[in-house]
Amino acid sequence: MALLEIKDLQVKYGVIPALKGISFEVELGEAVAIIGANGAGKTTTLHAISGIADKCGGQVFFNGEDITKMPAHKIVSRGISQVQEGRGVFPNLSVAENLSLGAYLRNDKAEIAKDYEFVYEVFPRLLERQKQMAGTLSGGEQQMLAIGRSLMARPKLLLLDEPSMGLSPLITENIFKTIKKLNKERQMTILVVEQNAQMALWVSHRTYIMETGNIVYGGASKELKNQDFIRKSYLGQKD
Amino acid sequence: MINGITVGGSYALIALGYTMVYGILRIVNFAHGDVFMMGSFFGLFCMQFLGMPYYVAFPIAAIATAIMGIIMERIAYRPIRTADSLTVMISALGVSTFLGNLAMVLWGSGTHAFSGFSGITVSVYKFDNVVLSNIQIGFIVLSVLLMMALYFIVNKTKIGIAMRATSHNIKTAKLMGINTDRIISFTFGIGSALACVAGLLVGIYYDAVYPLIGYSYGLKAFAAAVLGGIGSIPGAMLGGFVMGIVETLGASYISAGYRDAFAFAILIIVLIFRPAGILGKKEIDKV
Repeated sequence: MALLEIKDLQVKYGVIPALKGISFEVELGEAVAIIGANGAGKTTTLHAISGIADKCGGQVFFNGEDITKMPAHKIVSRGISQVQEGRGVFPNLSVAENLSLGAYLRNDKAEIAKDYEFVYEVFPRLLERQKQMAGTLSGGEQQMLAIGRSLMARPKLLLLDEPSMGLSPLITENIFKTIKKLNKERQMTILVVEQNAQMALWVSHRTYIMETGNIVYGGASKELKNQDFIRKSYLGQKD
Repeated sequence: MINGITVGGSYALIALGYTMVYGILRIVNFAHGDVFMMGSFFGLFCMQFLGMPYYVAFPIAAIATAIMGIIMERIAYRPIRTADSLTVMISALGVSTFLGNLAMVLWGSGTHAFSGFSGITVSVYKFDNVVLSNIQIGFIVLSVLLMMALYFIVNKTKIGIAMRATSHNIKTAKLMGINTDRIISFTFGIGSALACVAGLLVGIYYDAVYPLIGYSYGLKAFAAAVLGGIGSIPGAMLGGFVMGIVETLGASYISAGYRDAFAFAILIIVLIFRPAGILGKKEIDKV
């Protein structure tokens, strides 16, 4: 049984279909990427999993449990944490307060303290800026904070929405190295949605390709890298 | 001046309810003035008919008003949370009319006196040319204490951090596992309880409460919230005191008949120069 199983998921915004019935799964310990152009429905997919987009059909199973109709905060309690597109840090709260919200549903103080240490170890920049308002951080630092905050929830499944958005290539690379490390060394299951196909293929075991609300292709990332149409349409390489 | 601070304290307490609800839901709860009125009546009822001393009646009335505020949100605001602001405003005016009329049905449209029921006897202290009554002192001390408590809750506790997170972005707050509906209920409850205390203080201070008292007080407290910068908690406190002081000074030194005019004149003047209010922030989102 897969950790996350999505069956025929449909979402509409008004009358406009955003997801036209997609199905896929993520196994425990896996890193899976979804790539595709703007408006393909990648973000909507993550929102639907997290329970902040209304689903109009299909089912979502997590750990064997049907979470299709569950309210967002309960889904978080089951172990799914999402890092939103554009970071979504709270600019009016300090770095430490932002991190504390990641552990909002937890009561195990000693373990939370360990996770603070872990997050500060992964992102030493955050330790330096603990007391600073999150709104004053740079884009890269905000992305670190958003990921760190999700780690504070100790999720079983980490959803990442466009972690490269608005970041320089160098910082993007660092962020993706961290993601890969989390997956490899901490065995964290990761579902990442990304326009930067190169990074997405590098970080993941398997990749799905979305186009206008449908999954049109899926396969092992290593093999996809060498497919001609991927190289042309998504990696910008010439023959 | 002392009068101004006293009145300002009540404006500030009511303004806090407006500003907290606005901060989270971006709606103006126009029924808040009537919540204030109902709180005052609840307290009077406890003292007059149940014979409670004021120190028992205050917390009980505050709890009753908080529950009423939470029910009000459930019935009148939650079902239309995704509707546009005009719908919400009409719903708010409906609640306001309902509460005003409910009070008239329950207690009649006349003015009720507090004296004789509250068990508080007025004593006056004179320091040189400053005259202070024990009611004024109690009024100021209680309102400042409550504001400090609120400040502590919002800034230092887990639920306070959750409130601030929810007020910034409900969706992201949900993704943290925050039950935002519960936070919204909590906000309405706290705001209503503060309004109730303000209602009781005003009732005892002026020795009067009547079903339509919510209109003038609610409107002025709303103006105070805007003056301080709506959505900002320290702004509401400051706005309340500024409004109370300006209004009282204007009334005593220039003309008492223009009392309300002074209150709104200061609002207009401040908004011309600082459209977001004294402590209001322009909303800047860094992308």
